[in-house]
This record gives sequence, structure tokens and C-alpha cells, in this order.
Amino acid sequence: MESAIIVGLQGLFDGVANFGLSHAVMLLIGCGLLYLGIGKGYEPLLLVPIGFGAILVNIPLAGLMESDGFLRFLYNTGVITEVFPLLIFVGIGSMTDFQPLMENPKIILLGAAGQFGIFLTLLLALAIGFDKLDAVAVAIIGACDGPTAIYVSSKFAPHLLGAVSIAAYSYMSLVPLIQPPIMRWLTTEKERKIAMGVVKQPVSKTTKIIFPIIVTIAASILAPKGTPLIGMLMLGNLLRESGVVERLRHAAENEIANIVTLFLGLAIGATMEGDKFLQAQTLLVLLLGLIAIALDTVMGVFFGKLMCLLTGGKINPLIGAAGISAFPMAARVAQAEGQKYNKKSYLLMHAMSANAGGQIGSVIAAAVMLSVLKGMGIVG
Amino acid sequence: MDTWTFGWTVALLGMGGTMLVLWCLSLVILLLKKVFPYTPEDSPSRKG
Repeated sequence: MESAIIVGLQGLFDGVANFGLSHAVMLLIGCGLLYLGIGKGYEPLLLVPIGFGAILVNIPLAGLMESDGFLRFLYNTGVITEVFPLLIFVGIGSMTDFQPLMENPKIILLGAAGQFGIFLTLLLALAIGFDKLDAVAVAIIGACDGPTAIYVSSKFAPHLLGAVSIAAYSYMSLVPLIQPPIMRWLTTEKERKIAMGVVKQPVSKTTKIIFPIIVTIAASILAPKGTPLIGMLMLGNLLRESGVVERLRHAAENEIANIVTLFLGLAIGATMEGDKFLQAQTLLVLLLGLIAIALDTVMGVFFGKLMCLLTGGKINPLIGAAGISAFPMAARVAQAEGQKYNKKSYLLMHAMSANAGGQIGSVIAAAVMLSVLKGMGIVG
Repeated sequence: MDTWTFGWTVALLGMGGTMLVLWCLSLVILLLKKVFPYTPEDSPSRKG
């Protein structure tokens, strides 16, 4: 009887006995993520489940990421198979209105320039010493697009998934802090004061319906490895624009997106086990992610300046910064910066065009990169 | 393949490829707008 009580007590104290410094640090990090989500309102839909997942997985002996653990089940089912980020894309496509982009299609090129940070960061990561696929996973933070970053990093560097996801979602919400100094630094006051004319070229319903179908076919033929990403984004948009499947559209935007976001967040948090997360490499990933988004902004503004030059000063380079995927935050930043220097300047619709271009651009950039890697024989 | 050949190849093809694909999409949009021009009947209506 006494020995049974002692053994039983040992069971109660095993958790305490196995509680180490790394657990404590990771629990603090998990609580920090919860604070950012709840207290600061930074991407709460993702940071709250990620933070809680990080807490759960760092409880000693709980075994939630063991082979029979429930977080392992979520991870294997949705992240390893890439199903969760793809389902999120259906919801994003369904919520996105590409009309501003269709009204002014040349602005889509800013959405390409806004992805160049991905590729410049890839070079930087390689220079620092990351191996090839790890560098790809880190660089994709520059897509400024959570699901794309998760899709690519889970494919090539699952051990970096936690850090890459945290960086992607945190920096997306910090766009209003990261971008303005760079925008001011790279533009002259004269450029920032440019007022852009109103573009009023309404788009027919038929064009809006055919657009996602054509984009899927054309972009997938050019970059076949990105077909799942492009296809799901455009499927969501087709649900929206067709106007005949409101129930499916509603489900994609709400039930599916909400459930998958919860599971995805928990599964990402579950990758943040102390012994794997608390490494110098994690700090480097976070730093490179910040640099990637800054470089996106730099390249977007530079391309905006080029378009300004080529159009004889009709394009305000500030909208170049909106060529990233953080929608509609980046467009609002461009509008706010423009208004600071010219109260009569309304850049919002133009910046929204660039921002919608950035949404497509981030997916296309990932698709192109995957196809190039496949062509080079780096991935299967 | 050495690291730098890999890096520069992915970077150049990635940036060029992304720009090329999006430029093609802008042409597709222009073409669609020409083939299916907006008419006043194109008012937003949805069915459930």
C-alpha cells in the first residue's frame, strides 16, 4: 500500500521533475504570442491557436506530439499533407475582390516587384550558411503571405515551420510599422505628392467569372508545381464571382476557413518544442523574415519609381509598397503616406490594385520557385 | 550544383518568371475586357 502511494505520488511529480529551462522559456514564448494576439490584436486568428499550441506541446510528458498524440494527428493530417494551407487559400480567394486589379491591369506588375524580396533573401540566407532548402523556406517569408509560407516551408523544411510561420504572421501585422520609413527613405517629397487620376473602367461580370479560370490554366501551365496554390486561390474567387454558389462561398469564407485556421494554428504551435525551437537558427529566421519584407518594400517602391518615370510622373511610387500580399493593410499604408504629403491625393484604389496584384504575385512567385526547383532536380 | 549557382539561378529565374507570368496575366485581363466589355446590365446580383 505504501509503495503504491509512493509510486502514485511519483506519477504526480513526474511532470515537475521533468520541467526544464527550455519548457519554461517556451511557455513564456507561448504566452507572449497569446499576448500579441489578444492584447495587441496582431493576427489573433493565427497567433492565439499558435501560442496555445506552443504551450500545450511544451508541457513535459504530455506527449501531444508523440506518434499517438492529437497534435501529431493534426500536424500529419493537415500540415504534412499541405491540406490546411490549401483550404485556407479557398477562403482567401473567396474573400478577395480582384476588380480593382482588373480595372488597371498594368499595376499587377507591382505585385511581381513586391515579391523580389523573396529571392534576394534567398541569396542572403545562402550567404549566411543556410542549406538550400532551408534558405528557400526562410526566403518565402518575403511572400508576406502566411499560407504560402506554411505550404512551402512544410514541404522543404518542416523543422523551420514554427519560426517561419511566426515570422510570416507577425511581420504581416507589423507592415504599418515596417513600411513607412522605407517608403519615405526611397522617395522624394515631389514623388510622394503625386496625385493619381481616377481609373474608372468597369469590368463585366463575364470577365470576372472567366478571370479565375484563365489564371488557373495559364499560370499553372507556366508554373505547374504551383497548381495547388493557384488553383485553390482561384477556386475560391470563382465561388465568389460566379454568384450561383453562395452556400459554398459562405462555407469557404467562414466554416472551412475558421476550422482550418484553428487546426492549422494548433499544428504550427505544436512544432515549437523547446529543444527544436530554441536555437540560434530561429533568431536568424526571424531576422531574415524581417529583411525579406523590407526588401519587398524596397523593390516595390523602386519599381513604382520606374513606372513613375515611364509614365511621365503619373504613378505615385508609394503604391509600389502595396505590391505585397498583406491585404488590405499595405494598401492602407500607401494611402495614409500619400495623404500626409498631399491631402488631395487618394491612392487607395490604385494601392488596392497593387495589393491584389501582390496577392496573386506571392502565389505565382512561390509557384515559379517550386517549378524552377523541380526543373533543377532539387525537389521531386 | 554549388550554392551560388543554385542561389543566383533561382533568384534570376524566380524574379524573371514571376514578372513574366504577371505580365502575361495583365495581357489576359486586357484581352478579356476587350472581348467581354462592360455593359450596364452587368450589375452585381447573386443567387443562393
